[in-house]
Amino acid sequence: MSRRLTPYLFMAPAVLVLGVALLYPIGYMIYASFLDWNPSQRIGQAEFVGLRNYTWLWSDGAFRESLAVTLKFAFFVVSLEMIIGVGLALLLDRNIRGMTALRTIFILPMMIAPIVVGLVWRYMYHPTVGIFNKTLNALGLESVPWLSDSFWALTSIIIADIWQWTPFIFILSLAALQSLPRSALEAARIDGASGWDQIWHIKLPLMMPVLIVTCLLRLIDAFKVLEVVLVMTNGGPGLSTEIMALRISRTASEFRELGVAAAMSNYLLIFLMVLTVIMFTYTKLSEARTARLRQAAEEG
Amino acid sequence: MSRETIAETRTNPAFYALMAALVIMALGPIVMMLTTSLKLNVDITGSASSLLFMPTLQNYETVLCDVLWYAPEHVDYCDPTFGRALQNSLIIALISTALTLIIGTMAAYALVRFRFMGRGTISMSTLMMRMVPPAVLLVPVFGIWTFNFCFQDECLAGTYSGIILVYVAMNLPFVIWILQSFIVQVPVQLEEAARVDGAGPFQVFFLVVLPLIKPGLAAASIFTFRIAWNEFLLANALLDRNTRTVPVTIVNSLTEYDIDWGVIMATGSLLAIPPIIFTFVASKQIITGMTAGAVKG
Repeated sequence: MSRRLTPYLFMAPAVLVLGVALLYPIGYMIYASFLDWNPSQRIGQAEFVGLRNYTWLWSDGAFRESLAVTLKFAFFVVSLEMIIGVGLALLLDRNIRGMTALRTIFILPMMIAPIVVGLVWRYMYHPTVGIFNKTLNALGLESVPWLSDSFWALTSIIIADIWQWTPFIFILSLAALQSLPRSALEAARIDGASGWDQIWHIKLPLMMPVLIVTCLLRLIDAFKVLEVVLVMTNGGPGLSTEIMALRISRTASEFRELGVAAAMSNYLLIFLMVLTVIMFTYTKLSEARTARLRQAAEEG
Repeated sequence: MSRETIAETRTNPAFYALMAALVIMALGPIVMMLTTSLKLNVDITGSASSLLFMPTLQNYETVLCDVLWYAPEHVDYCDPTFGRALQNSLIIALISTALTLIIGTMAAYALVRFRFMGRGTISMSTLMMRMVPPAVLLVPVFGIWTFNFCFQDECLAGTYSGIILVYVAMNLPFVIWILQSFIVQVPVQLEEAARVDGAGPFQVFFLVVLPLIKPGLAAASIFTFRIAWNEFLLANALLDRNTRTVPVTIVNSLTEYDIDWGVIMATGSLLAIPPIIFTFVASKQIITGMTAGAVKG
């Protein structure tokens, strides 16, 4: 076999699979977004409607509502998880026995199926048999309509997401903290910097590149959430928890509007692509800056 | 970490209290699922304390009735859905994992050793692929798999191969990315030595490189298996009654009212057990996989 062919042979299966099952579908979806297409038709029979799906969406109240819910969900989830996760990492970044065990236990919520996470939380939020209302009642307090009130439903879903994903931020920030140059922290301590000063002026700035990448990764993932919400509320009550991914799936399967669902998917994809490009550019820029910062910290 | 801080934590039990609280919070819901799966409905709906109950395996017997070697007494009608779904889930997850690893390792190796594309381009496209939500693939994959990918009258929709193809594609970017970082660390001299001894490129790859990147393969296989095992949306759209996986059957058995919580928690526990085992066996590899992207850049 010719040596020059080898790399192509090694690459061929991956390129083939990615082309057939990822790139082709995305191209297909872009094309489908210009069609008035329902699932009983072949795509060739669907009528070409230009940009109508895209413009129609903005006049659709349910779509705008779903967009607002998605943004609200992503904002609260990511900011609360960042605050709690980074805070815990700063607090627990010391030689405590049992840290490895804690990290192992912390991975569990991320490893089990989102369907199961939704199931467990739906059970805990149950109006009569759920542990939250049982506890409230035992304390003589009134039950809370966890999943049946539009304010509480979104809040309950945010709480479940915080339970599931804060560990991700905790583990990444802890890894970042433990890879900080020791000499810089040592020097600050010798100079008499207080705990807060060390956190604000040395640890956080040095961790910043990792924190921003972590934050963006979480943000991207927050827009992908679907199963947990599907199981807990299925978007309700009303449209109060109908996040974008769920709206896309319902538009395709319940309302049978494949073209509209494709246009919605494209909006989501473009938005996430912008986030990814920001993240990638930032990583490239910060690599150089961190190198300089570390050098400076180590020297003085 | 300096000596003072070690001494400080030794004397300060507050940190242990905090850690204990975190452990309880992280484990609480999972423990609740496992205990509920061992309860009869009387104990679930009853007002008595949720920790005092007679554990029973009845719910598991109901779920697994058609794969058990005996007929449980309390089951009047045995619904074979779950046993079949469990089998489907296992087949689909295992084959997807194996294929993704083989294809992904080969590609990662080529990208590192033959450098016909910059590493920047690869990590960029990996990130790009990572960001695609399964919901976005729903419409096109459904359309293509039901109408376009057909041979005679047989289409990919509804078949194992159809969903496995999707899962392999979904996982490949991540697997290639993570394996690259392990292959880079394999010394080229080792491969050259093998080549001097007369090994061909495929022998070098299978006999020299593969054994050295086992930790990377472990991390990659856990992440791939997890996605294929847990995924719902595309499985729901593509699979039919006979090829359905466990997550799909769970969602189908959820109704607005009158949920049999004991049985459904038993199903959920069965679905959660493999990932829980992986977590305890290979937490180090999982953390490596998780931090590789963000911390190393």
